[in-house]
Amino acid sequence: MENRINTLFSEKQQGLLSVYFTAGYPNLNDTVDIILELEKNGVDLIEVGMPFSDPLADGPTIQQSSDIAIRNGMTIPKLFEQLKDIRQKTQIPLILMGYLNPVMQYGVERFCRKCSEVGIDGIILPDLPLADYVREYKQLFEENNLSKVFLVTPQTPEQRIREIDSHTNGFVYMVSSASTTGSTNGKAVVNTDYFGRVAGMKLRNPGMIGFGIHDNHTFTQACNHARGAIIGSAFIKALAQEGSLQQNIASFIQRIRN
Amino acid sequence: MKYAVDENGFYGKFGGAYIPEMLYPNVEELRQNYLKIMQEPDFQAELQMLLKDYVGRPTPLYFAKRLSEKYNTNIYLKREDLNHTGAHKINNTVGQVLMAKRLGKKRIIAETGAGQHGVATATVCALMDLECIVYMGEVDIERQAPNVARMKMLGATVVPATSGSKTLKDATNEAIRDWINNPEDTYYIIGSVVGPHPYPDMVARFQSVISEEMMAQLSEKTGRDYPDYVVACVGGGSNAAGAFYHYLDRPEVKLVAVEAAGLGIDSGESAATSVLGKEGIIHGSRTLLMQTEDGQVTEPYSISAGLDYPGVGPMHAHLFESKRAIFKNITDEEALQAVLELTRLEGIIPALESAHALAALGRIGAGPDEVVVVNLSGRGDKDLATYLDRFQLNGK
Ligand SMILES: Cc1ncc(COP(=O)(O)O)c(C=O)c1O
Repeated sequence: MENRINTLFSEKQQGLLSVYFTAGYPNLNDTVDIILELEKNGVDLIEVGMPFSDPLADGPTIQQSSDIAIRNGMTIPKLFEQLKDIRQKTQIPLILMGYLNPVMQYGVERFCRKCSEVGIDGIILPDLPLADYVREYKQLFEENNLSKVFLVTPQTPEQRIREIDSHTNGFVYMVSSASTTGSTNGKAVVNTDYFGRVAGMKLRNPGMIGFGIHDNHTFTQACNHARGAIIGSAFIKALAQEGSLQQNIASFIQRIRN
Repeated sequence: MKYAVDENGFYGKFGGAYIPEMLYPNVEELRQNYLKIMQEPDFQAELQMLLKDYVGRPTPLYFAKRLSEKYNTNIYLKREDLNHTGAHKINNTVGQVLMAKRLGKKRIIAETGAGQHGVATATVCALMDLECIVYMGEVDIERQAPNVARMKMLGATVVPATSGSKTLKDATNEAIRDWINNPEDTYYIIGSVVGPHPYPDMVARFQSVISEEMMAQLSEKTGRDYPDYVVACVGGGSNAAGAFYHYLDRPEVKLVAVEAAGLGIDSGESAATSVLGKEGIIHGSRTLLMQTEDGQVTEPYSISAGLDYPGVGPMHAHLFESKRAIFKNITDEEALQAVLELTRLEGIIPALESAHALAALGRIGAGPDEVVVVNLSGRGDKDLATYLDRFQLNGK
């Protein structure tokens, strides 16, 4: 069974834009509005962040949005409740991204079933190790038609990239440089050796580049090396601007695309 | 070794390496090499030399006569407070800095709570001429100021952690993020038996010198190489892991792990993970964790910065669940009373962390013919400002 992520990649070859935001930020009930606005502005794929108190792979921007979202009352049950009719409103591919602990407390099996029920297409859990996924959860994810997206970095050895590629379906999330999210250490997207190396491996799955993508320049560069790019922290910062959600989202996406 | 780590990095169901892919190459490099490196003769030779001549080991096992009279049993103190830098933490940092050098790393990072691990890391970095960055919660920078001064004196950079409760958990988050951002040249010296496999096992092995010495010292002093009780405080659990290590598979030895109850178990201001926690994932390890129903980590509290942590090492989670160890918890007030008691009975000022272990003496029910070893993990110099304040000795 194809899911919406696979359909997207088979229909659109280049310049895909995926946007991450933290559910429950800036306000508890913005989730559906943000998804619909992003779609309206031509975003191809959306990663909905499930906030966690101790997000190890995230920089200050996503840490803060997560803290605020948790304080606003965001939880996994709340998020599912907000998303329960989402498929009557949009067919954009949706990925839930978060850390393992809250999902574990909710129950991994229950989580996967619920994802399938509301129409989620993929999951990213950066701290769920590949080996554990393959041993304990892969079947469960596949039964629920969920893509499990894994990260690779410039330091990931070729053999491991191949292993990850063989166990995933959807796309390979290429972390642009070794960093937490939102890093503007300048290394983002100049890592052409690494991008070239991964491209040369001819993986089964398409690649998307993320971490540090924040403007039209970095987006365009990333798109030269992969099928598209993922933007998180820069979008969260845009949401914090004065003005309505609609305005902030429209002007941000416009700046990225043009 | 029933209670040792298994080949997949688990203690029963606890442990593992739940880390983002960015950390995988470094953790994997360590996993593949740590045992091999630790067994190399020149590694061992250098480690043993440093432990003896630099750290000052073996530390004494002292029969605390007046304390024993008070509790009507036979109490020995394992004097980790007499180590160079004043706590057990340096047993581990000496070992790990040698490990970092063998792996060719140039830059050392660490987290610290009480500042003892930070000082011990800064110390070995000065010794080995390595760059040293220590993450420390803002609250702890305040309450353990003498150790911040020592780290600076030793040439380390102390970076405040300003998120969450601004304590040990948050310092650990920042250290892990630093490691993610510096994957090539950096080695993370974790200060307790926490974090992803192989850290809990490696740190426990470096600390196991504590119980190794105890066995020889007890043989000499009591005619048998084991006590009836070993008592140690547990933050992440490294001093306890070291004190328990060689007795884990000897059921005749009762292992007593003492956690910080803070203002009391039911007060909402506590760090007693075994009572308040449930299975979860923190800092790359599956273990017991204080958390909300939704899986958000709860901010812990203890007067003792070294015990103010919402998790516990996976080895201890397993010792708790399997009932191999007895877990006790001690409030701030009880710990402070134990500080005063040891100071006035034996002329030894303990660290606040170690005082939690001492305060459990009245709770274990050791008999007049039994032998109790308390691991005196550190000295109280860093806590003097708190003591003077709490015991109203400032004006006198
Ligand atoms: C003197 C002393 N004892 C105990 C601890 C707690 O750590 P662990 O449980 O790893 O021994 C600390 C931590 O800072 C400490 O400084």
